[in-house]
Amino acid sequence: MKAHLSRRYLISASHRLHSEAMSEAENQTTYGKCNNPFGHGHNYTIEVTVSGQVDEKTGMVCNLTDLDGFIKREVLTRYGHENLNMLPEFAQEVPTTENLCIQIYEIVQRGFHFAHLERVGLEETMMNSFEYKG
Amino acid sequence: MVYLTRKAEFSASHYYHNPDFTPEENRRVFGKCNNPHGHGHNYTLEVTVKGEVDPRSGFVVDLKQLKEVMHREVLDAMDHRFLNKEVPEFLHQIPTTENIAIAIWQRLASKLASAKLHRVRVYETPDLFVDFYGEA
Repeated sequence: MKAHLSRRYLISASHRLHSEAMSEAENQTTYGKCNNPFGHGHNYTIEVTVSGQVDEKTGMVCNLTDLDGFIKREVLTRYGHENLNMLPEFAQEVPTTENLCIQIYEIVQRGFHFAHLERVGLEETMMNSFEYKG
Repeated sequence: MVYLTRKAEFSASHYYHNPDFTPEENRRVFGKCNNPHGHGHNYTLEVTVKGEVDPRSGFVVDLKQLKEVMHREVLDAMDHRFLNKEVPEFLHQIPTTENIAIAIWQRLASKLASAKLHRVRVYETPDLFVDFYGEA
């Protein structure tokens, strides 16, 4: 039988929304407070959903320690307590929550092979959340 | 088509153990969850049903009836129980969150009168949950 397993993780990080493709005025209009040159931060909640057949020997879609270990190693240590704008993936790209969500999806999709990745959800605040399914 | 979700909570204990594994293997695969004395969780159950809105009642499902079925089929059997020892499905199957979601689906699917079961979601903790849609 096929089941979906979802796990939630927390990271705190800072960012500034600013596009080189726009003028100062345009950046200000588009991003408002988020354009503050000193940056600002969020507590992000990441929700990773994987799916697969429930293994009869273990009763699991995948071992949680494998998923937790992978996410901790590849995602939480990469983005936790970082200034997102300083990271290479955001050198050319604005670190919006949309783009961060896509980056996290790509990392899991590329490197986690114990179950099928269904989606990555990312909450920037309690009011804003995003999801990417590839 | 409208979807309706009803929540419920139950608290239960369980442990993970496969009698075909060696003791070392059980400890390696299941870690702390292998403690034979069990440990517990406050589970949150979300049952989502779907159907057309009945023009006379304005309901997808009689919520009172859904609540009763959930109580009778799930909560009476699992709330404040040691799942491995007291729930028939788990005498020979490991009560992981995946298997709990499947067992709840199987208990409910045939007992619903009008609406069709869409999803069973079981939260083991607020950070970990399983969805089962009845897929083979």
